[in-house]
This record gives sequence, structure tokens and C-alpha cells, in this order.
Amino acid sequence: MKILNCPLNGPRNISEFVHGGEVRDMPDPNLCSDSEWADYVFYYENSITVIKEWWLHAPSGYWFIAERHTATDEILKTYDPSEIYKDRVEFSQPPKESVA
Amino acid sequence: MPFSLLKYGLNKDYPFEKHADLPAPTELKSSYDVVIIGGGGHGVATAYYLAKYHGITNVAVLEKGYLGGGNTARNTAVIRSNYLTSEGVKFYTESVKLFEGLSNEFDFNIMYSKRGQLTLAHTDAAVRGFRQRAEINKHFGGKTELIDPQQIRELVPTLNMNPGHLPVLAGLWHMDGATARHDAVAWGYAKGATQRGVELHQLTEVTDVIVENGRVTGIKTNRGTVNCGCAIQAVAGHSSLLAAKAGFKMPILSYPLQAMVTQPVKPFLDPLVSSPSLHCYVQQTGRGELVFGGGSDPYPLYNTRSTMDLKESLLAHAIELFPFMANMRLMRQWAGLTDMTSDYSPIMGLSPVENYYLDAGWGTWGFKSTPICGKTMAELVANGGKVPELIKPFAMDRFKTFQQVNEMGATAASH
Repeated sequence: MKILNCPLNGPRNISEFVHGGEVRDMPDPNLCSDSEWADYVFYYENSITVIKEWWLHAPSGYWFIAERHTATDEILKTYDPSEIYKDRVEFSQPPKESVA
Repeated sequence: MPFSLLKYGLNKDYPFEKHADLPAPTELKSSYDVVIIGGGGHGVATAYYLAKYHGITNVAVLEKGYLGGGNTARNTAVIRSNYLTSEGVKFYTESVKLFEGLSNEFDFNIMYSKRGQLTLAHTDAAVRGFRQRAEINKHFGGKTELIDPQQIRELVPTLNMNPGHLPVLAGLWHMDGATARHDAVAWGYAKGATQRGVELHQLTEVTDVIVENGRVTGIKTNRGTVNCGCAIQAVAGHSSLLAAKAGFKMPILSYPLQAMVTQPVKPFLDPLVSSPSLHCYVQQTGRGELVFGGGSDPYPLYNTRSTMDLKESLLAHAIELFPFMANMRLMRQWAGLTDMTSDYSPIMGLSPVENYYLDAGWGTWGFKSTPICGKTMAELVANGGKVPELIKPFAMDRFKTFQQVNEMGATAASH
């Protein structure tokens, strides 16, 4: 059993968690090009390094960030997203669609 | 023992050089027309077809380990074409046809064994999906049909028809389903390619890809630098790492995929049996061992370790299907590194670098496509980058134009 240290619930079996992918900035969907959006959605660095990634503790519905090495599978640290995201991320409003 | 064998045993010159399947290693030349990075099934198949059909023999296949020692040796050797999209079915059907003739073509037994593949439906939604797959498959020349529980009982009398809470409602019976010895496929292609003049360089690791003005001009290796007219990357799980050396990103995440095999028992299971709902597939090898495979690991990792967690969940499901297997012993376990795309289709063809071609994104469906992949990649190279019709839908650009080829529903054990 591999243990993941949840910042909210403490050390738990990793089978209780869902992997949420790498932490990266989302481009503004209303302003970015299709290519930039595709790049954000589908393309990855996928390299051997320590990455920051989202994890969800499914039973408690709590999202947090873990730093993990992608070759040794060693989890170096876990913390609440508020440590990175100090301010609310705002995106532009989509253009108003006319109602047919 | 036949007495004629004795003369080989007593002859001090045996084995003769001419009996060797592969020529002795040589130094790298300074330049090749084509450099293929990755000496697995795909790489040597591409080299083989380049030499055989296009007369291009100034080719080097560079392999960092040994021939067929990566995912070619780690897959579960399933050959099938019962996919969901017309693009996928057309492509894999060609591959199945080529596999049938490979032993004759190589004059080398790849132990191709056509058993049929049975996929189980445990829900109404799966039955509807299977009906669609059967029709698409038949339309493009495959042999697939939907069968009822009685027919399933006749095909696999030992199958538990009511595993857990998921009774078997119907089956997708794919008569073209087969298995073969995966190592032998790589050996056969390598033998055929090197006999025609291709150089296979094992223990030759690519350290960098030299790109000048948007074109690849050379490849740096641990044994020196070679110039090349063009290059192909066929490195499966390590695709993103090599692409980074050539200077671009790929729509790929690498996950480990674990499999395992039991002690050998008497033959009782002819078809390959899989259940997408139970995330597992089972087949009996020619030696009598049972091979179990399932979905990829739950998160990306560059590591081929095995875990107890996956064994427990996968084998619990396998034992639901065949309860009498519960006391069997596992002999081996292993993992491969799968380069998963988000639409479960490969990435073949052109890359952002002009004369650098891609053979990647093979996730969990690489072995079954080895022959047709080699053939179409060879065609692509021989025609100077003109993409063959059959593989056009698998271009990497499809992710930029939002034209994915969705095969997620057609995996043997959905991930």
C-alpha cells in the first residue's frame, strides 16, 4: 500500500485519491487562440522531474497539490492550494450570445 | 535425439557465422539515409519494409538496450482489429492480415495462433456499443459478430456467466483475434532487415537530436554522432523525452501498464477473453500459462515497477470470471511504459521538424499494429514525407484541429 499524506486528512492509502494532472496556468478561454487552448488541454511536458500536480481526496472531496518525482514515484510534499493560489483567478466574460 | 545433431555438438566451429540470425556488431558509419531511433518491433519493421519494398538499405536502427527489449517484450501479445472508428478498424485490419503471413515471409516461426477474441458485455450500453463495433468491423473486412450467452458458454465452458454483480449479457466475438510470440516478431523483422543491408546497433543510446533550420541533420549517440537524411522516432513510452530533444512537445502522458502470468496448466482456454467492465483480460499461452492484463496505472510514472494494489484489484476481477483460478500461483510480473494519447489512437507521420517522423502514442495498442505501422512508416519515408492515406487520421496535428480518433471504448480493458 502506498501512502499519500493528505494536508486535510493526514496519511491515507493512495487508492483513496484521484490524480488530477499537472498544476499549470489555464489560458483565458475567451482570449486565447485555438492552438493555445489545444496546447493547454492535450500537450504535456511529460518529462522525468519533480512535478506539481493536483490530487483529490475522493471521500472528502478535497483538492490539494502534491510534488512528486515522475520516475522514483517519491512524494516530496503535499500542501493546500492556497499556498500557491493567493488570489482568485479571473477570466474575461464570454461574448453574449443572442438567444434565437 | 537424432544422431545428425551430434555432428554439430562435436564440431568445434559451430555455431558458424552464417547460422547467426543477426550479423556481428560494427562501428557506426558517419552518415545514413535513414536513422530509426528505437529497436523494438516498430523500428525494425520499418527498416525491414524500407529495405524490402523501397530498396532503401542505408539505414541504421539505434537501440539503447537490446533488440525488442522494451515494450515489444512487455506487451501481452494480443492481435485484433475490432475497433470502434472506421479509421482505426481499417488500419488494424491491415495489420491482422499481415500478421497471418509473417511466419512464411520470414521463414521463421512467430508462433502466430488464431484463437479468436471474446469481449464480454455486462451492461445494456456495452451491448449497444458491441453491435456498432461488430457492424463497423464487418464493413471493413474484419470477422466480428455479436453472440448470446449460450454461444459464449459453448466457446468458454469454464467462464462464470454471473461474475459479481455483472451478469454476462452478450459477447463480441472477434474471429480474427490472435496471439503470437512478440519477441519472435521483432527477431524476424530484424533478421529480414539486416539480411538486406540494414544496420542494427544495440547498446546505442541517442543523447541528442541535432536540428538546424527546422530540419534534423544528425543524431548524437553514446557511440558518436551520425548524420542522417531523415529520422524516425519509435521509442514508445519514452516518446515525450525524445521529442523534447528534437525540440517539441507531444500530446502524450506515460503510464506504467502491469501484467502477470501464472504457472502453466493443461489447456482449457482457447479464445482470448476480456471484460472492459471488469478491467481485465485473460488468455492462455501455448505453454499453458495464463496471462492477465488490465488497465494502465492510475497516474503517470516513468517506472516499470509492479504494485500489490494493482495485482489485488486486477486478479480479484479475473477470479470473478474464472473462480477456479483462485489457488493458482503467479510466476512472473512485469510492467511496460505506455505512451497514452487522450483519444487512445496512435500518433504517426509528420512532426514540427521537417524530416523527423513520428511513430508514437502507442499506449496499450502497439504490438498488434507492428506490421502495418512498419509498412506505412516505410512508405512515408520512401515518399519523402508524403503521408499514406491509411495513417493520415493519426497525424499529431489532429489535437490542434480537434479531430481526434476516439478509440477509448474499444480498449480490451478500459482504462
